[in-house]
Amino acid sequence: MAEKLLTVSHLVKNYGRQEVLHDINFTVEKGSVTVLLGPSGSGKSTTIRCLNGLEDFHSGEIQFKDQVIKPGFKKWQSVRQDIGMVFQSYDLFPNRTVIDNILLGPLKVQKRSKDEALAQARHLLKEVQLSDYENAYPRQLSGGQKQRIAIVRALALNPEFMLFDEVTASLDPEMVRGVLEVIEGLARQKMTMLVVTHEMNFAKQIADKVLFLENGKIVEESAGHEFFDHPKTQRAQEFLNSMDF
Amino acid sequence: MAHSGINILFEGRNMVRLLGGLWISAKIAAIAIVVGLVLGIVLGALRTLHNPLLRAILRLYLEFFRVIPTVVLLFLFYYILPQNFNINMGAESVATLVFALWFAAEMSDIVRGGIISVSPHQVDSGKAIGLNRLQLYYYVLLPQSIQLMIPATINLVSRVIKTTSLLLLISVMDVINVGQQIIEANGQRYENGSFWVYGFIFILYFILCYPLSLWARHLERKELVNANG
Repeated sequence: MAEKLLTVSHLVKNYGRQEVLHDINFTVEKGSVTVLLGPSGSGKSTTIRCLNGLEDFHSGEIQFKDQVIKPGFKKWQSVRQDIGMVFQSYDLFPNRTVIDNILLGPLKVQKRSKDEALAQARHLLKEVQLSDYENAYPRQLSGGQKQRIAIVRALALNPEFMLFDEVTASLDPEMVRGVLEVIEGLARQKMTMLVVTHEMNFAKQIADKVLFLENGKIVEESAGHEFFDHPKTQRAQEFLNSMDF
Repeated sequence: MAHSGINILFEGRNMVRLLGGLWISAKIAAIAIVVGLVLGIVLGALRTLHNPLLRAILRLYLEFFRVIPTVVLLFLFYYILPQNFNINMGAESVATLVFALWFAAEMSDIVRGGIISVSPHQVDSGKAIGLNRLQLYYYVLLPQSIQLMIPATINLVSRVIKTTSLLLLISVMDVINVGQQIIEANGQRYENGSFWVYGFIFILYFILCYPLSLWARHLERKELVNANG
């Protein structure tokens, strides 16, 4: 059994009196890709946002490496350097160039040397084929390019774990491929990832494990192919039937 | 008539005195603006924190300076500070203090408005790369809201400059006060002296404020281009 990087135990979250996550339990093994699937509003995004403190939770705990995180945890800043996150709406800083977007974390948060961080940033830009855009501003890039830069910005902190929150959902169809290829490349390099997506073919291809959520509960947990070929629950079957892939 | 009224401006040291008065007004405005700007940015940023007590206090401060007419504030500080608190300040210092506090109050609202207009996604994105609260303000929120703040700030600056015309009420030797003295001293020889003196003061204020208003308009247009381009 592979080493566990993340363990989520009995995670509960409420918005006011409404419970949005009920007793979420799962583990993420080092070097694996876990895909969160489920209908809109099932709590996928909320779940992954809890993992780097963008949402707080009300009970349960998250263990990441040696760090046990309980409600009210205060030291997110250090944890976030190990957990990269990419969002649906890219959210590059519009007032900074591509390279300044990428270097902000390494230089100001991690206080690394400029030369070393810049060399790494350029290497990452090359890998996503955007070396020519170092000094461009986000508004000069297409959605797909912005999203690849956002991935580079997260990777520049050398995280051990990456969260992807519907990163292709606001892209034009022809832009989606390029972004997914970057994520597939990371999977080949054995980056540990938790991916929320509606791209079923991509999910099927990349997932080592699938968590199927509905109404804030994990309804089904299966190995990647097994989920797509032989879903255990009727609800998952219906969900798969409703998706066009 | 041997001379037209305009000569009142050139009698004796009148011109120098008027410009000296303008200098006093400009100096008070300038110091108040610089101090108010810094204080206003800090207070504006604090008003976006989720501390209800702090927010209530700062809100009260803003409303106090916004609701009470500037003349009343000047009188309050000029007469009440020395009487009730035994703080003796010269008229110019009182004026600078009142204007700085007023500027900071209004500025805090501009800054707060600018900051909360930045998308919450930007905050998430900054947090996700590990920025702390201060870094978040410094690298993400303030730079992105400055564009939105500049036109309103320039408007505020010209309001402050115009309002220095109230300084004579607490006996500051500002340009209006000097002008009135000149008119009174020369009133017998120059019947329409007040027309020329106030006309000249009008031009002085116009020269100070009009470029600011042009600049604000220019920036607003530029922002529109940025937003759409």
